[in-house]
Amino acid sequence: MSAEAEPLAVAELTAPAETLAEPSRPRQPGRFLSWLWPKLAAVALGLGIWQLVVWSGWKPDYVLPGPLPVFQRLAQDLGQADFYTGVAVTMRRALTGYAIAVVIGSAVGLLVARVPTVRKAVGHAILGLQSMPSIAWFPLAILLFQLSEGAILFVVILGAAPAVTVGLLSGVDHVQPLLVRVGRVMGARGLGLYRHVILPAALPGFVSGLKQGWAFAWRSLMAGEIIGVVSHVPSLGQQLQVARDFADAEQLLALMIVIFVIGVVVDLAFGFADRSIRRRWGLLV
Amino acid sequence: MTNEAGLSEEHSVSVERLTKTFPHGNRMLVALQEVTLEVQAGEFVCVVGASGSGKSTLLNVLAGLEGATAGQAHVHGRVALMFQEPALLPWLTTAENVELALELRHVRRAERKATAQELLELVHLHGFEKRRPHELSGGMKHRVALARALAQDADVLLMDEPFAALDAITRDLLHEELVRLWSSKGLTILFVTHNAREAVRLGDRVLVFTSRPGRVAHEIRVDLPRPRSLDSPELAVIAGRITERLKQETRLRVG
Repeated sequence: MSAEAEPLAVAELTAPAETLAEPSRPRQPGRFLSWLWPKLAAVALGLGIWQLVVWSGWKPDYVLPGPLPVFQRLAQDLGQADFYTGVAVTMRRALTGYAIAVVIGSAVGLLVARVPTVRKAVGHAILGLQSMPSIAWFPLAILLFQLSEGAILFVVILGAAPAVTVGLLSGVDHVQPLLVRVGRVMGARGLGLYRHVILPAALPGFVSGLKQGWAFAWRSLMAGEIIGVVSHVPSLGQQLQVARDFADAEQLLALMIVIFVIGVVVDLAFGFADRSIRRRWGLLV
Repeated sequence: MTNEAGLSEEHSVSVERLTKTFPHGNRMLVALQEVTLEVQAGEFVCVVGASGSGKSTLLNVLAGLEGATAGQAHVHGRVALMFQEPALLPWLTTAENVELALELRHVRRAERKATAQELLELVHLHGFEKRRPHELSGGMKHRVALARALAQDADVLLMDEPFAALDAITRDLLHEELVRLWSSKGLTILFVTHNAREAVRLGDRVLVFTSRPGRVAHEIRVDLPRPRSLDSPELAVIAGRITERLKQETRLRVG
């Protein structure tokens, strides 16, 4: 039997070595182009529709300018220091608020996941909090912190943290029970089980919570800046509001393009993180 | 080579009148009823039973994953449990999966890498350390699971139909590996299966479980010399007898 089995053993062990050669991800220009062109086409389509609406004469030029003057204005903005100060202020607020929200959201998520009683108590409240429009927090925030950075931070954190918590919880809930059993058989208990098995297994859900949290933080921040919580400091939202006050439609649209592009870039980063996790796990088709 | 050289009176696994019930709707389901069995140190014992006979429950209780309703279940020494699925952690490489088992039993960092390497060589996975589970074939995943179980340095290895989902040839190879590791490492193994041939191929003794409630109905000592072949007529005869008894039991229960 063993004489017969030996070559088979070799076959089983060597065959996959060839077929399972490191999944190659060639960075060919062709691949990049095939990734890029549908996006370029979509942008071109969007700009085309915009231009058509302008040509239709639906609104006068000074209310709805076409893409060309807007991009000229954007290019002009990009050459000015004020513009960068505004972007920097906005990004600093977004990142600070988001970072604090991630820490709080994760800590709360861990606590809720670990302690069933806490979950029964606040599980639904957190879901409710997540679906609460963050702009509804501003009146309270302004009462508590006056028109200050604190008020903006407060709302950004309250907007983002529940999403991070919900993401972590859903990640933990979707961990395969078998993996938890394996962890326990290997002797992991309590926090060790979380550290070695449950949290890594919950990573995909957590990342989608982080992404969601960013979206909420970004929206809350824009709302806060536009309603002029801190109106004397230049920021993207504040500049947007100023552009409206001066009926400067070109500037307004140029700023909106900037806000849109920041959103796209962040989304790409999250998409990249998500794909690299799924690639590691072998979930990428 | 039946590995009974080191046979002492010491029992590695002792189960006494173990009963386990689960609530099922508004009545209790009896998974195990007064099961009594013993496994000696260094022994390879197989448990055969139809599905739903409480075999897995027995292993879960022995591994400490579930508590007993009544009676006692003791394992002397460290215990490892292998499941039907390899259950590797998908975010870790082959080597890291094995190293985690070492880390969890507090092996020092410096030793982990070398030990994991040795264990992977033992299951013929040299050169696959950096692969992730999804890059391995079914048989290879089970080899990693086996290396991981060995990394737990268990005195008693509990196996819950570990190779049931594999093709016949891969399974037969893994049987060979298992018997080799068992005899060279002096392991004690309690192996659960629904396949009578597999049980006779591997075990020193085969315990036949009845279904609903699970109990030990028969015990068969397998005195065939090792290495055993799945295709040998002697083995087939014993397996045939076990299958016959399983059928009788199932008929009795089902009607």
